Amino acid sequence: MKRVLAGLLVLAVVLSTGALAGCGANNTTSKGSEEKVTLKVYNWGDYIGEDVIKKFEEKYNINVVYDTFSDNEVMHTKLKSGGGDYDVAIPSDYMIKRMIDEGMVKKLNFENIPNYKYIDDSFKNLGFDPKNEYSVPYMWGTVGIIYNKTMVTDKVDSWNILWNDKYKKQVFMLDSQRDSIGITLKKLGYSLNTKKMEELENAKEELIKQKELGVVQSYVGDEVKDKMIMGEAAFAVVWSGDAVFMKRENPDLEYVIPKEGSNLWFDSMVVLNNTQHQKEAELFINFMCETDIAFENADYIGYSTPHTEAKKQMSPDLLSDIAAYPTKEQIKNCEVFEDLADSIRDYDRIWTEISAK
Amino acid sequence: MVKRIIMKSYLGLVLLFMYLPIVVLIVFSFNKSKSRGNWSGFTLKWYGELFQNSQIMDSLYNTLLLALISSVVAVIIGTFAAIGIHNMKKFKKSVVMNLTYLPVLNPDIVTGVSLMIMFVFIGSLIGLKMGFLTMLLAHITFNIPYVILSVLPKLKQMNKHLYEAALDLGATSMYALRKVIMPEIMPGIISGFLMAFTLSIDDFVISYFTAGSGVSNLSITIYSMARTGVKPTINALSTLMFVSVLLLLILINIRASREEKRKRQYDA
Amino acid sequence: MNRKWVSYPYFVWMLIFIIIPSLLILFYAFTVRDEQGIRFTLDNFYKFCEPIYITVLLKSLGLALFSTFVCLIVGYPVAMILASKQFSRSTTLSMLFIIPMWMNFLLRTYSWLTLLEKNGIINAILSFFNLPRLDILYTNTAVVLGMVYNFLPFMILPIYTVLMKIDGKLVEAAQDLGGNSLTVFSKITLPLSIPGVMSGITMVFMPAVTTFVISKLLGGGQYTLIGNFIERQFIQLSDWNFGSAISMIMMIFILISIGIMSKFDEDKGGGAALW
Repeated sequence: MKRVLAGLLVLAVVLSTGALAGCGANNTTSKGSEEKVTLKVYNWGDYIGEDVIKKFEEKYNINVVYDTFSDNEVMHTKLKSGGGDYDVAIPSDYMIKRMIDEGMVKKLNFENIPNYKYIDDSFKNLGFDPKNEYSVPYMWGTVGIIYNKTMVTDKVDSWNILWNDKYKKQVFMLDSQRDSIGITLKKLGYSLNTKKMEELENAKEELIKQKELGVVQSYVGDEVKDKMIMGEAAFAVVWSGDAVFMKRENPDLEYVIPKEGSNLWFDSMVVLNNTQHQKEAELFINFMCETDIAFENADYIGYSTPHTEAKKQMSPDLLSDIAAYPTKEQIKNCEVFEDLADSIRDYDRIWTEISAK
Repeated sequence: MVKRIIMKSYLGLVLLFMYLPIVVLIVFSFNKSKSRGNWSGFTLKWYGELFQNSQIMDSLYNTLLLALISSVVAVIIGTFAAIGIHNMKKFKKSVVMNLTYLPVLNPDIVTGVSLMIMFVFIGSLIGLKMGFLTMLLAHITFNIPYVILSVLPKLKQMNKHLYEAALDLGATSMYALRKVIMPEIMPGIISGFLMAFTLSIDDFVISYFTAGSGVSNLSITIYSMARTGVKPTINALSTLMFVSVLLLLILINIRASREEKRKRQYDA
Repeated sequence: MNRKWVSYPYFVWMLIFIIIPSLLILFYAFTVRDEQGIRFTLDNFYKFCEPIYITVLLKSLGLALFSTFVCLIVGYPVAMILASKQFSRSTTLSMLFIIPMWMNFLLRTYSWLTLLEKNGIINAILSFFNLPRLDILYTNTAVVLGMVYNFLPFMILPIYTVLMKIDGKLVEAAQDLGGNSLTVFSKITLPLSIPGVMSGITMVFMPAVTTFVISKLLGGGQYTLIGNFIERQFIQLSDWNFGSAISMIMMIFILISIGIMSKFDEDKGGGAALW
């Protein structure tokens, strides 16, 4: 066994010298072509067309370091404390607002992003970036109910169905305080950005009632996709982009945006404040807005693109799918999340009380 | 004989428990559909995709390198630490042990964030950037307690006078350490190494906060895929890893048993 | 004894990578940041003294304790069998218990979902044989199962390494003197293996208290556990002060628990004897 350990030690040394040599080699190449810039991009995992980065690198002779994160808050924590030195990031709406307020993102020079003209006008000047100075939409969608047609006979058009005790253990709620409290606020006719304690208390009572009715099977995260495809429950609250995928895998599933309204979400591209390469960063954003590239991304990810020209290339099936491209009428009651600032503590308290029941 | 059968079936049962999820994981690496909720036919395409995906391959390389170096370093530091701690007076010993527990006691997020703040701070002083090195230091830190905790019981079990006897017989302390103590505690060192390696491979939160840009391990890659769905490519990778480890183990086992046989013949 | 110096590298390491970050946490726990800047306070600790948070803490400790107990009950016999002569004290065989842990945690847990779900594999097999269904997903049972699954090797390995070196002659002598196997076990094997058992308990219990992904995925987010709660303070709320304070309170609780447990350890060398 000693010999095994010794062997491992040797292997470790070999591997690490390999790594060092690799680094060394990289250094010399970058020295060789002095002007080659390295752009650092931070995005959700598996959230870009497979060849897009390579195409960008070849087209502009820029090196891209591409890293991924798993959720907005985790990304924010890391960037805020100086743990990452990225140039471009792609967070969601309310997080962008927070980053703007905290001075973490830079104003964009839209002269460098001519392709911005392709972005649908209804996705400009949204609440999180009212004058549209900081962000360019990348993907968008809604939050709604996905249900299994073989298990549900009632008409599904309202959040109320998730409080119907006919469906015991048939509902997957999201294990996310903001989303679950948000849709409950909508159900009660409030804004999902409310900071009023009274309205939040009502939402809390409503969620506790839902739990006590026994309709909730569990509060779930990303694994909900597989579960709905398997037919583990009749209803789930999901993001529209995932709904498109789920419907493809299981044709019995149907997606609706409840009439009371819901959440409209965006993932948008921003340039971070400590960047040394603003011009290249804007070049990257512009590149992501080229019609072919926007199509490639949307096609690979399966979420909805805000790009008017890319949208035209989508299959008619997808275009008529409410999960992918709802009409203006269908989303008229929807709201975009705003940053809650200190009220987030109230949300957290409420959520702890609900989950302690 | 009956006893042996009972023993074997108990081991089999526990092993079944350990390997059931692994079998499921392997089966789904051959699934045509991206979702584990839908078995839509046999395919090898994920294996093909795996080798073209440079992000996954890079993070695999980082993961293995990280696990190997961090566990070897942790074993070296931890083993010597355990020997030292074992010889301490009671009060001092319990202070040191309580401190040793801290990285395990803290939720990963607390360890991760506090190490990150420290690295950022020190980095700004000496111009060190977050990267592979900071991640490695963090991994060694949370690995050491496990090594200490597995070596200490072996030291307690050892006959106290063995080492002194060696010294009396004229061995230098280094020689006695190598020839008397080390062989006695070797099983503890090995299990400490195995645990450290395992923890390092699987860590997500601490790695996430201590890694610099451009460095990522498998856990980071996999967790960040969760929103759009972890692809069966990862299952394919796990399957390959699993099969190669198993083959290696069988190979070692065959060699060991052959050596033993030869030894037995020689003895006879 | 002049062997203490061998641990000096570790002390340096401990100072830099354990003590300094811990002081940071300590600093956060005793301060708040408001309009006037940073000030020292005990508010973070008072805030935690609400019944709802105490419930969360006690529930986490209870679940972790129970899981540790199950690990011990399941793991000890495994370690004994592995260390017995019949299996020629096979290290290779013991490796088999840790290899599953080299597959990614998230994938393994997803596999458990596939196994335990209503339409999952286990239920499919059960219904094929007309057996009653197993509906344990999203219950405490599932969380304990997940914890046992993930931490079992950390119980087996330390016990196994200790048992391997117990002098076989002692056991034989006891048998020759007429001890039945139960007496031999309780008078010889068990007492001699206590250091390994203590290490195992420590290595399972500590991470089990703070884990949150298992309870999230297998418990279905029905209740908040302390690890989960701390994670939320740090990540969702960016309230590092409150998060640090809870973390400290929890640490004290765990150290007390380990202290109590290590009373069983004869020479009390396992640490935590401070308490």
